[in-house]
Amino acid sequence: MNSHLGRRVLQVLPTLLLVSMLVFGLQQLMPGDPALVLAGEERDPLVLQQIRTELWLDRPIPIQYLHWIGGVVHGDLGYSWRIRQPVLQLVAEKLPVTLQLGVMAFLIAIGIGIPAGILSAVKRNTKWDYIANGIGLAGLSTPNFWLGIMLILLVSVRLGWLPPSGYVSLWEDWRMSLATTIMPAFVLGNAIAAVLMRHTRSAMLTAMDQDYVRTARAKGLNETVVVLKHALRNALVPVITLGALELGTLLSGAVLTEQVFSIPGFGKLIVDAVFNRDYPVVQGVVLITATIYILLNLLADVMYVVINPRLRGA
Amino acid sequence: MSATTIGATPAIPKPQSPAKLAVWRFCRRPAALLGLFVVTVFILVAVFAPWIAPADPIKTSWTAIRKAPSLLYWMGTDENGRDVASRVIFGARASMMAGVISVAIAAGIGVPAGLLAGFVGGKVDMLLGRIVDAMLAVPNLILAIALAAFLGPSLQNAMIAIGVTAAPVFMRVARGATMDAATNEYVEAARALGNPGWRVAIRHILPNIVPPVLVQATLAIAGAIIAEAALSFLGLGQQPPAPSWGSMLNSAQRFLTQAPWLAIFPGAAIFLCVLSFNLVGDGLRDALDPRGK
Repeated sequence: MNSHLGRRVLQVLPTLLLVSMLVFGLQQLMPGDPALVLAGEERDPLVLQQIRTELWLDRPIPIQYLHWIGGVVHGDLGYSWRIRQPVLQLVAEKLPVTLQLGVMAFLIAIGIGIPAGILSAVKRNTKWDYIANGIGLAGLSTPNFWLGIMLILLVSVRLGWLPPSGYVSLWEDWRMSLATTIMPAFVLGNAIAAVLMRHTRSAMLTAMDQDYVRTARAKGLNETVVVLKHALRNALVPVITLGALELGTLLSGAVLTEQVFSIPGFGKLIVDAVFNRDYPVVQGVVLITATIYILLNLLADVMYVVINPRLRGA
Repeated sequence: MSATTIGATPAIPKPQSPAKLAVWRFCRRPAALLGLFVVTVFILVAVFAPWIAPADPIKTSWTAIRKAPSLLYWMGTDENGRDVASRVIFGARASMMAGVISVAIAAGIGVPAGLLAGFVGGKVDMLLGRIVDAMLAVPNLILAIALAAFLGPSLQNAMIAIGVTAAPVFMRVARGATMDAATNEYVEAARALGNPGWRVAIRHILPNIVPPVLVQATLAIAGAIIAEAALSFLGLGQQPPAPSWGSMLNSAQRFLTQAPWLAIFPGAAIFLCVLSFNLVGDGLRDALDPRGK
């Protein structure tokens, strides 16, 4: 087991290195001179040269990369061109907001997706199975920004139950914080719930065909115990790990959801940076998102080995 | 129709050729057929938009601002007095184009790379695998936003961004299918006959990796349509006044209380189009799966 984990950790390093090259390479796609973008209306050649020297833009690309990655390794992702704050500080301010939204969305996704998957598998080829599958497919096909707008229209505008937008910190007023984040979290969790439902259904169908389930039934155990204690426990192993891979969907979805609900999180940071042409922030957010995603995948791999007794001794 | 068809099909003998068998399996799935019908309707709407649309999609009218749906304006009018139905019809063009072109870009990059990695193996496979891992490590919409941001906002750049971010999945699918196909006896026979590697790969392996790539392409079109709508919603795709479902939703947000129809129709169009492509993709996957019944 340790050698497997060691190998996985070692595999992460070249991936991270390539991600850093990819993120750095984004800047090279920019049409024109970045110094001109940064200078704005200023066209004084001396000022432009000063900007190029400060940002190492007058050096060869490999040297620029080494300078940039050297800073990244030491926690320096550069400065925002617009707000004049370190990118890391900006990200650190916004990340807890997205984290709260993400955790709530994931809990909602688990709360809907796993029971729906179990129901669909247990009631295979019945109307319940078709309804659950239909809702799952609809969930996968609904753009979350449209679902958000429709929910604002129904829940906030028509019914007046929840605030349509904004964000209150959990530490400031937890009730108001939940009121402002429950609807975006549902929107964000919706697509993941559909994926979890499909994974759970498939894993449950496999588990229900296994000999240990037949043995449990032959022992005269109650069907609920057979499903929840024997089949589900084994079916959940792949579901947990596959579910962890959906965190990428969650991070992508957060960009749009935060935009719809005006939540000042990680996603809104990247969109605002894009429109302000604040490229160091765009690069920083992409790099941090990718690093989080890679580490979560690694964690999912570790969890898979830890919770799967057959792999523990390997 | 479905009950009669399903009831009648077992009497029809199964066709023997793999292609005919796949068509036969696909036709036995009412949901997939319904999806195909709706997709065809969307394609026809996109192609014949100038003849179908009741009005010019960018023509403003100050006397018809935010009119509710009626016989004159089926889906109402927007904040500039433009006919929403015409904009939704023309918006299908942007979405379909984005879906097809992005997936063509993704397949154009991913399939040759996957074929190369799966066929050559060794260090080439390892290097390409690492690049794919790195690209897949960045959530695709975030990578597409970053690419579109650096390339500049336009529908063309959005399609490039979506295509490039979708390429790694095609590479993985093609690689897996190539490795699978390469173990077949006819491939060994082609090699034994002295055919050069590139000829074996292109003439003998490539045709056999088409089915999984086709399934991936159908599902990827659905993803690309959502991604284009998302980028346009954020202002990074189709630029105003050209119609796009995503950008229509963006401007609809400001008039949610006064004109909810501005948000309902373009969103419903995205949902229906994506759902139909997903139904076709699911149907194709089941039909092309050799283990399918």
